[in-house]
Amino acid sequence: MEHTMSTSISKSQPKKRFADRLQHWLPKIVLAPTMVMTVVCIYGFIFWTAALSMTNSRFLPSFNFTGFSQYAKLMENDRWLTSLSNLAIFGFLFIAIVIMLGVSLAIFLDQNIRQEGAIRTIYLYPMALSFIVTGTAWKWILNPGLGLEKLMHDWGFTGFEFDWLVNSEMSVYTLVIAGVWQSSGFVMAMFLAGLRGIDDSIIKAAQIDGASLPVIYWKIILPCLRPVFFSAVIITSHIAIKSFDLVTALTSGGPGYSSDLPALFMYAHSFTRGQIGLGAASAMMMLGGVLAILVPYLYSELREKKS
Amino acid sequence: MKTLPWQRMALYSLLVLFCFFYLMPLVVMVLTSFKTLPDIKAGNLISLPEVWVLDAWSKAWSSACTGVKCEGIQGYFWNSFQMVIPAVAISTLLGAFNGYVISKWKFKGSDLFFSLLLFGCFIPFQVILLPMASLLGKMGLANTTAGLVLVHVIYGAAFTTLFFRNFYVGIPDELVKAAKLDGAGFFTIFFRIMLPLSVPIIMVTVIWQFTSIWNDFLFGVVYSGSETQPITVALNNLVNTSTGVKEYNVDMAAAIIAALPTLVVYVLAGKYFVRGLTAGSVKG
Repeated sequence: MEHTMSTSISKSQPKKRFADRLQHWLPKIVLAPTMVMTVVCIYGFIFWTAALSMTNSRFLPSFNFTGFSQYAKLMENDRWLTSLSNLAIFGFLFIAIVIMLGVSLAIFLDQNIRQEGAIRTIYLYPMALSFIVTGTAWKWILNPGLGLEKLMHDWGFTGFEFDWLVNSEMSVYTLVIAGVWQSSGFVMAMFLAGLRGIDDSIIKAAQIDGASLPVIYWKIILPCLRPVFFSAVIITSHIAIKSFDLVTALTSGGPGYSSDLPALFMYAHSFTRGQIGLGAASAMMMLGGVLAILVPYLYSELREKKS
Repeated sequence: MKTLPWQRMALYSLLVLFCFFYLMPLVVMVLTSFKTLPDIKAGNLISLPEVWVLDAWSKAWSSACTGVKCEGIQGYFWNSFQMVIPAVAISTLLGAFNGYVISKWKFKGSDLFFSLLLFGCFIPFQVILLPMASLLGKMGLANTTAGLVLVHVIYGAAFTTLFFRNFYVGIPDELVKAAKLDGAGFFTIFFRIMLPLSVPIIMVTVIWQFTSIWNDFLFGVVYSGSETQPITVALNNLVNTSTGVKEYNVDMAAAIIAALPTLVVYVLAGKYFVRGLTAGSVKG
């Protein structure tokens, strides 16, 4: 329609032609900077990192291709393997606890609670903080000797021991504690929004049929929230894979590298240890992890939208 | 739904218990920041300060050591503002224009581009860190605030575009078509029709961008120099590398200062904050 309009105008008024052509190109011109940024700084850079991961780059990027040797080195690297198993532990517990807590709190808050707004504000405020602040706060609370342990001793539980922060067997679990504290309110907000979107008449009908409240939630409401569960898993697993600030602030990956995560491994090898090739390879592995979760999700989303 | 009184009691107790869980770290931070070091050693996490003192706050602000320098975190606090204000402004404006084009001036390939962009906002940033460092170096922007602003604009544009696009899709096309028939052009329609309608989504985007850029640590630690570090990096340096006696009260005061701007935004504009968080993650 635009085309026919512009040609008819341009025939009668040749001077307007330039302005019309400009109108035609304007949307593209406006989008161009972001297009260039996306193509170069996202897709081009991914390609660049992929290339780096196949070189023997150390302190400076070099382009001596060595095939997949960095990936082979990665797979033999103890610290990398520790960071992967830590990610599995942290990721699984973090996602599972955050979602269970989020659903439960959302359901509790959905029962015509007085002061709901105030309670919601309290549950959600950690989300406004950076992981660095969260890590700093929990590092202090979990400090054996001065933190929670001392509090319990003061309260008379003298046998109470809580040294997870400095215990290489347990340090990864402190990440779960702080991570859950930071993100569970956000997941609660997602589920609360989902609950509020459910049609009341379905629930009323079930009540008339004599179904009890727990049964209604379990059999009717939770199944309706499937898309929210899906989104929550995607978002929290994305947070888990990217976790860098939290582990830096809370444990710095220690003691030793017992609480290391891939994001910290990548940073350490790329920017402080002069192992750019290895760092690039670890970054590509992280991308692979995100894609493995994201591609099926986007696929199902797009298919749904089309139908 | 009728429930028994004891069930209501149990429900409220549980909700209050969780309030304690979420509030505890903040309370502990505030209490600790007002204590003296001997007081910290003598008391416990939730004991009130013997005497409320502001020493830790003034030290955190103006004389605590972050790495080698001992000038407190005030400079870094302002660094963060110098970074966050232009980065938020530019990325929001860019997002508004992009969203407008993608929703109302579609052309062949614009949907494909949107998908590509959307995909880009989910990549782990580790995968672009190294090439970006090279690029900033070549452009002479390594270790500068301008470089950090550029990085935040580039990787924030995906989200801001998503926000505005989803909002503009809900504005009837007829409005734009009618304006076109009246002879209004691309920019006239944007500034006279779309922008005045956009206040709610601008709020959401600005808050979202402000929070995520202020709280960023990864880009800050990789791309900033010692003079341009944002507050998150300075806080981490203060807490994790100070030598000698560990001053927990100073750490806590610094952490609160670092958290204050986003907390203020959250309290003042919580509604928009939540909307931003859940936008695009919950359907409908």
